Amino acid sequence: MGNIVMSADDVRRAITRISHEILERQQGADKLVIVGLQRGGAWLADAIGTAINQIEPQAGVPVGYIDVSMHRDDIGLRPVVPGAISRISFAVDGSTVVLVDDVLFTGRTVRAALEGINAYGRPRAVQLAVLIDRGHRELPIRPDYVGKNLPTHIDDDVRATEAGVVITNQVAP
Amino acid sequence: MTPTGRVVLQGGRVVDSRGERRADVAVDDGVVVEVGEHLVGGRVIDATNCVVAPGFVDLHAHLREPGKEEAETIETGSRAGAMGGYTALVAMPNTDPPHDSVAVINFVREQGKRAGLVDVVPSGCITLGRNGEALAPMAELAAVGVRIFTDDGNGVQDELLMRHAMEYGKGLGITLAQHCEVATLTKGAVMNECQCCTSLGLPGWPSIAEELMVFRDIELARLTGARMHFLHLSTARSVELVRAAKRDGLPITAEVTPHHLALDETRLATFDTVYKVNPPLRSPADIAALRAGVIDGTIDAIATDHAPHPRRDKELSLDQAPFGMLGLETALGVALGVLQVDLTHLVRVMSINPARIAGIADRHGRDIDTGAPANLVVFDPTVAWQVAPDSLASKSRNTPYVGMTLRGKVRHTMFNGTFTVLDGAAQR
Amino acid sequence: MKHLRSIDELGHDGLVRLLNLTQHMVEVNRRPIPKVPALRGRTVVSLFFEDSTRTRLSFETAAKRLSADTMTFSVSTSSVNKGESLRDTVETITDMGVDAFVIRHKSTGTPWQISEWTTASVVNAGDGWHQHPTQALVDCFTVREALGVERFDGLTLTIVGDIKHSRVARSNISAFSMLGAKVVLVAPPTLLPPDVAHWPVEVSNRLDDVLARTDILYMLRLQSERMAQGHVPNLREYAELFGLDAKRVAKLPTRAVVMHPGPMNRGVEMLVDPSTLPNSLIHQQVSNGVAVRMAVLFDLLAGESSAANLQQVTP
Repeated sequence: MGNIVMSADDVRRAITRISHEILERQQGADKLVIVGLQRGGAWLADAIGTAINQIEPQAGVPVGYIDVSMHRDDIGLRPVVPGAISRISFAVDGSTVVLVDDVLFTGRTVRAALEGINAYGRPRAVQLAVLIDRGHRELPIRPDYVGKNLPTHIDDDVRATEAGVVITNQVAP
Repeated sequence: MTPTGRVVLQGGRVVDSRGERRADVAVDDGVVVEVGEHLVGGRVIDATNCVVAPGFVDLHAHLREPGKEEAETIETGSRAGAMGGYTALVAMPNTDPPHDSVAVINFVREQGKRAGLVDVVPSGCITLGRNGEALAPMAELAAVGVRIFTDDGNGVQDELLMRHAMEYGKGLGITLAQHCEVATLTKGAVMNECQCCTSLGLPGWPSIAEELMVFRDIELARLTGARMHFLHLSTARSVELVRAAKRDGLPITAEVTPHHLALDETRLATFDTVYKVNPPLRSPADIAALRAGVIDGTIDAIATDHAPHPRRDKELSLDQAPFGMLGLETALGVALGVLQVDLTHLVRVMSINPARIAGIADRHGRDIDTGAPANLVVFDPTVAWQVAPDSLASKSRNTPYVGMTLRGKVRHTMFNGTFTVLDGAAQR
Repeated sequence: MKHLRSIDELGHDGLVRLLNLTQHMVEVNRRPIPKVPALRGRTVVSLFFEDSTRTRLSFETAAKRLSADTMTFSVSTSSVNKGESLRDTVETITDMGVDAFVIRHKSTGTPWQISEWTTASVVNAGDGWHQHPTQALVDCFTVREALGVERFDGLTLTIVGDIKHSRVARSNISAFSMLGAKVVLVAPPTLLPPDVAHWPVEVSNRLDDVLARTDILYMLRLQSERMAQGHVPNLREYAELFGLDAKRVAKLPTRAVVMHPGPMNRGVEMLVDPSTLPNSLIHQQVSNGVAVRMAVLFDLLAGESSAANLQQVTP
């Protein structure tokens, strides 16, 4: 049994806030692109993209998705099975890429995404938006936009969807 | 070597052409001196639970010397033969140089004598260099005692040349032995032409390539009256052709190998080159027909086609690896495992008949009576054993029977009154 | 699965897995920089005993796009002709530190033999007349993409030509059948294998009879040496009976696609300019080749199939 740490409404509000923060920091939506990390970040990227385009109806901010499995640093340690296919159908050169993931944990997936995005071009800047930052970073990676900071045990399981965020303690009490 | 006084093989069952009986066998000075119950005196060798029979005779051994001593020498091949219960081996002519001159025949025979483990009986080539173009000096070779002629490894393709060989050979009182393979039908072939080869995409070796030549030579034998022996028959139709020819009273004999009685074509689905043999392993229906042929006497002899190859040669791709597998040390165990025959018949096809076909029935395959040369095998027909490659006496290791349980093993082999194998161990 | 040696060994699930993975690789190849670091530090050796620059380049490009190191061993530069056994060659290269062998050999079964002698994964890039599993993967993927279907139920694949000597045909019969297609073989009886009764195929000796119900027309290459061997009398007669000309193209259903594994014999099995065919997939077959081979190498060395390999090194 898990504990609900964010309700659907909490999630919706966090997405709206993050979208505003992104636009504020960029001073608009010019050359802004959103890239969700397959698969957990895809829905969040869609939601943020939709929110941004509602706030700035002329912006037309594109949303893409990147599968990082072929950039992971644990290849060779365990079988790696790619999830959904990457889809980035816009130019990345010179743009500000906001990488989006649901839960930020060790930072290794984000590192892989930073590497992966380079295959599509050279962005002017890359930023990171996450719904949950659960700590336990293993790399010097820090999010630019956070829905909620959530202290966790390293073995906990955190699930984040539009319906809410649930934390499950995997260790027997 | 010098015989070492009287030896009594005690407690065994004597099996020869007259059947089976309980008897001890005493040997002295290279000959059987006494056969009967409860013999005493001399060195006693245990033969309990064993069959005492005339030593086996292999009509078909590739001893590789001269020319390919890396694979086998006449000495190592002789030792492998002794371990398999053989006291005589017909040496195949496809050496380098081949058995087409008196010099090579004498060399092979001398090397056999030097080894002193079995009678090495050289066959002669039918054609010079086994090239199928001109006859070898058959009369010269016959004059130094060659009784069986073959180009084994090749069939004699030319019909006219084969007819002449038969006519010429008939005058010499020798036997012609044919490797039946119409070469144009088997170019590049690796395995039996069957469903399996269809899926594996391996070039197929049709049965008809053998049967056409069996048929041709039966008809040439009918025409010329020559004595004809068919080597390593592998198909049901070949057996049928020989059966019909024998019914017609033609002077024809035939042999089959242990592996063609035991292993079928699907073995090659493992892509293990050990199963690449000539002729190829055939279908279960062919195997059944070959077994039936042995049982009803259509097939006269089990012959090993012992074909040693060094590791390096067999560790090539299937198209490049040479044909052949070892046979001498496993023939008895394989034959007993797959044939439902009485021991008398087994001794007939392993010793008595091949000795007669090879023209050495004066000293091999004889009934075990006082005065007979002491070329004997003592084997346990029921003991189960596993082939350990490292324990083989052959210089090569290309046996398919590793890990398989065989039934029936040689305990002692005696050649000219001396043990070449005692309690399963080679004596020299 | 440690090796990719035949379609039958791969099985239906493995086939689908590799086809799905190929889709990822197609995307990788479309990136401005079509290279991922997935196989950094891995070494892939192409061991080609039979010349095939196309297949070899396709595999080596695939390996490089996954950041693997590649080595090439071709028979002309080898010691195979100097009396060294195949096993010695393989063991020597294995000792250099190899993760995968890509093998092409004119003899059936060499990938199986070699996998007995090495700890590396073995990929069959064509053995004798036997198997060419990556070509079948290419062909299945190409049809999947072109027709937009994941299964081939209700589709008829017609393979025309020298079935007997074709590893492409053997692999494709297995692969397309696994995905639900009906397979028809069309060839003169001399170019059919000795016994196809146990194959899931229908056999015809007349191309014109089957064109109207063909969805995928697969033309095989006829090698000129088949005439010297008496399989067919001459190229003109073969082309007349089994070549794809404009008349036969007209008999095909409008949506039918045409394929060829290359290299093509224009004027023999291909009497029309394939670039004029409305539904030719021949170019896609070539361009999908690299993605398929990337999927195979990734699957064996890093993906689902690597589990067996990884267990060996984990203490």
